[in-house]
Amino acid sequence: MIAAPSISFVALLPMLILTSTALLALVADLWMEGPDREGLGWIGLAGLVATAITAMTLWNTHISTLSDTLVVDRYGLFFTLLFCVVSGLTLLMSMNYLETTEIQTGDYYSLVLFSTLGMVLMATATDLIVIFLGLEVMSIAAYALAGIARSELRSNEAALKYFLLGAFASGFLLFGIALLYGATGNTSLPQIAQRLTTVGGEQRLLVTAGMALLLVGFGFKVAAVPFHVWAPDVYEGSPTSVTALMAVGIKAAAFAAFARVFMHTLIIFSADWTGVLWVLAVLTMTVGNVTALVQRNIKRMLAYSSIAHAGYLLVGMVAGGEAGGSAVLFYLIAYAFMTLGAFAVVIALGRRGQPHENLDDYAGVGFRSPFLGAAMAVFMLSLSGIPPLAGFVGKFYIFSAAVKSGYVGLAIIGVLNSVVSVYYYVGVLVRMYMTEGTTEVTAPSSRPYLFATLLLTISATILLGLFPSSLAEVARQSFLALN
Amino acid sequence: MPILTFIVFAPLLGVIFLMMMPADQAAPLRRAAFVFSLPSFVLSLLMLLAFDAADPGYQMTAKAAWIPAFGISYSVGIDGISLFLVLLTTFLMPLVILAGWGDVHKRIKEYMILMLLLETAMLGAFVALDLFLFYVFWEAMLVPMYFLIGVWGGERRIYAAIKMFLYTMVGSLLMLVAILTLVWMHQAQKGALTFDLQQLYDFSVPLATQRWLFAAFALAFAIKVPMFPLHTWLPDAHTEAPTGGSVILAGVLLKMGTYGFLRFAIPLFPLAAHEALPIIAAFAAVGIVYGALVSMVQPDLKRLVAYSSVSHLGFVMLGMAALNSEGVQGSIYQMLNHGLSTGALFLCVGVIYERRHTRLIKEFGGLWAPLPVYAAIFMVVMLSSVGLPGLNGFVGEFLILLGSFGVHRAATVVGVTGVIFGAVYLMWMYQRVMFGPLDNPKNRELRDLSTREILVFVPILVMLFVMGMYPRPFLSRMEPTVNAYLGRLQQKMAVADSSVQLSAVSTQPEIAGGGQ
Repeated sequence: MIAAPSISFVALLPMLILTSTALLALVADLWMEGPDREGLGWIGLAGLVATAITAMTLWNTHISTLSDTLVVDRYGLFFTLLFCVVSGLTLLMSMNYLETTEIQTGDYYSLVLFSTLGMVLMATATDLIVIFLGLEVMSIAAYALAGIARSELRSNEAALKYFLLGAFASGFLLFGIALLYGATGNTSLPQIAQRLTTVGGEQRLLVTAGMALLLVGFGFKVAAVPFHVWAPDVYEGSPTSVTALMAVGIKAAAFAAFARVFMHTLIIFSADWTGVLWVLAVLTMTVGNVTALVQRNIKRMLAYSSIAHAGYLLVGMVAGGEAGGSAVLFYLIAYAFMTLGAFAVVIALGRRGQPHENLDDYAGVGFRSPFLGAAMAVFMLSLSGIPPLAGFVGKFYIFSAAVKSGYVGLAIIGVLNSVVSVYYYVGVLVRMYMTEGTTEVTAPSSRPYLFATLLLTISATILLGLFPSSLAEVARQSFLALN
Repeated sequence: MPILTFIVFAPLLGVIFLMMMPADQAAPLRRAAFVFSLPSFVLSLLMLLAFDAADPGYQMTAKAAWIPAFGISYSVGIDGISLFLVLLTTFLMPLVILAGWGDVHKRIKEYMILMLLLETAMLGAFVALDLFLFYVFWEAMLVPMYFLIGVWGGERRIYAAIKMFLYTMVGSLLMLVAILTLVWMHQAQKGALTFDLQQLYDFSVPLATQRWLFAAFALAFAIKVPMFPLHTWLPDAHTEAPTGGSVILAGVLLKMGTYGFLRFAIPLFPLAAHEALPIIAAFAAVGIVYGALVSMVQPDLKRLVAYSSVSHLGFVMLGMAALNSEGVQGSIYQMLNHGLSTGALFLCVGVIYERRHTRLIKEFGGLWAPLPVYAAIFMVVMLSSVGLPGLNGFVGEFLILLGSFGVHRAATVVGVTGVIFGAVYLMWMYQRVMFGPLDNPKNRELRDLSTREILVFVPILVMLFVMGMYPRPFLSRMEPTVNAYLGRLQQKMAVADSSVQLSAVSTQPEIAGGGQ
């Protein structure tokens, strides 16, 4: 007979609120009328705010619950807050986006919330099985979201591709978990870490194989080269707001679990995986940036850009230690704001039946809509790492950590990649400001939620660039909570 | 009063103000931009008055923690090296904006906003005493310049703008890695993580590492100067940029490179710099002659002036490479000269481009008759650029040659020919444009300079004469700083020499932290 584990409901509160919000949104849909269903968005936003507030009040606690499968520590809370922000901004931009698409269904909002729940679960789980559970909750919602524009062929294609390759990746991850279990007799991260100190002989081989498979599994989810091939098609085909959620939220969640497992649990084998990650980082940065150069579709370009950014994040993981870990966390915040902002601009430029997703549609937009132009300029310059914007500080922290740990070569490859990336980011600005076009633009102020999203992301991108100190300190403390 | 902070950020007030103005009325926008470029200039005059010529250290410093976890602070100050560069910037900016009243007709609001943003970034880079802060301004500078060229430039503006952006980015990002390496080495050995320039000056990097770090810094700055053979972005950028952009590019932005050598690359890595000086002098000499020769055959006025910049900045680098009092002072003086003369040359080219929409020398000839005032002004500017005694260019070139002759004799001898070539290409250009028959009917109807245009040129002309006839007030403010600067370098060399001997005795070379 198995004794029921003790449950700390306080620790579970953020997730409970999130779950109830998602369920509420699902049920409330029955009473919603009209195409936009923005009431559901409000419900979602309220739930996310409540989740975030709860998470903040738990900031100074450290609670392990459900037999050590979940832990509420600063690391988990940091990501919980990040996911609330990401998901909140996604909902906010969706509230104006959905009305321009064929997605006239209330499931959308609850799926976003369920996906967020999965992300939070992934970041707070300290058991491989629970991490997997989180991953699946997150991913299954995302598969559905990718295909939610049912009448659009490319949305269907995106969903199917994402599902098949995602399932494949899950398989790798599970196999890795199984091998680690075989080697250590446990799936709990703290227990595994403990057993690994004494592991030897044949088991050592199992651990190495397990690590490799986990790496592949996480590599798929963060879209690291060579496990990235799904990303461009899925990003391009999915509804843009879903793409934003995938590019930012899902990637961050995957990194949260990735970093927890590798930079903490498997840290004693870091000599084994650092070299592999080094290669992955270089490949991911280079392939991402170079392929982005030739894209004609902005969502595809941003997909490759997000691959490249996964590369920079991997540099932070290779650098390791306190500096590398906190740099990864900080970078994720910066990346979240600038990427969400960029996708919000993509949405703002689209109209019903005219998604305007080709780069050529951006011609002349800068002067015809000064606000959208300035917004895109901020995001593109930040993504390419120009000071004084968030992206620059993020890269500064990452490369600084790399240099500190002696990976000067990696840092040089990283900055040269940044130079390559300038070409395509600035290419967007070239089109917006230096060429003439005829794209008709809806005034951003006529879509209040989208406008708010843009204002929030712009302010965050600039303020994080000018005053990064306090959030960098939060990131540092959060990373230190791992140990 | 933190006067430097006000000088640097005053143009941002203009940016905010202009952002709130309606975009469709040209006149108020132009006036507002001009008015908002003045406070920095007035304040920098006050700064000049308050500057203590005898004090070789940083003056009017201000410091505030910015990213304390990394030892990064907002730290500014000026000394005899940066004083006049700040003044040059604040002096040129109102004139450039005034000149822009005439030749910028579309998107005036954005143009003016970018100019003011650019001013803040440039001033910030000149006064920054923290490597991170400097880097931020240095990179931020690129964005407004990029837009100025890309939006308001000529035919091939997009190509030129991107080329400039990418060239500069390669250099500066490698410099960033070098900065990080330096800072972490300092942290590993001294225990303190800091980007403070003063503290990093006092830190000796092992020679092997110094070479790499110096190379990274030198690359970034040499691209910006630009030194032969890294100059290829410049003619494109200059040719395609609008007049105001060219003036600022030549007048101030290029100085950022030479200033960077003087402020960062050389004093941070004196041993490696010492080794590299002959190479720098050689490339400078080649640049002087190459720039002059290429300039001679340019059919396009603007391209001609652009290549003359390559030649003139060769002189600046040659003087700096001498690393003695005359050479360095001459080098700084020549930075100011080049800023004024070449800036004015671009303004002159801008004047006829605005009227004729061509810059091809063969389109002109005999302009002396319809444009007497313009021709007179152009002549003074041209002669100042040639280096005619009595005008500013002569003082700088003379000091540079004086300083460098004893140190880099061969390079100086080669460089001197550049003075002659300079006279050739500039005077020949002047001759073809101004004299001869007025055989192109389109040129007959040209109107001479307006009052506004004359007002743009007068302050510059005055400075050309003042700096040519009475360089004392300028040099006396540079000299203490330069001498102290050179003294510090010598001291570091001496220490390094003795430690080399010591390590030779102990046979335990110091390699800790050097292998990263």
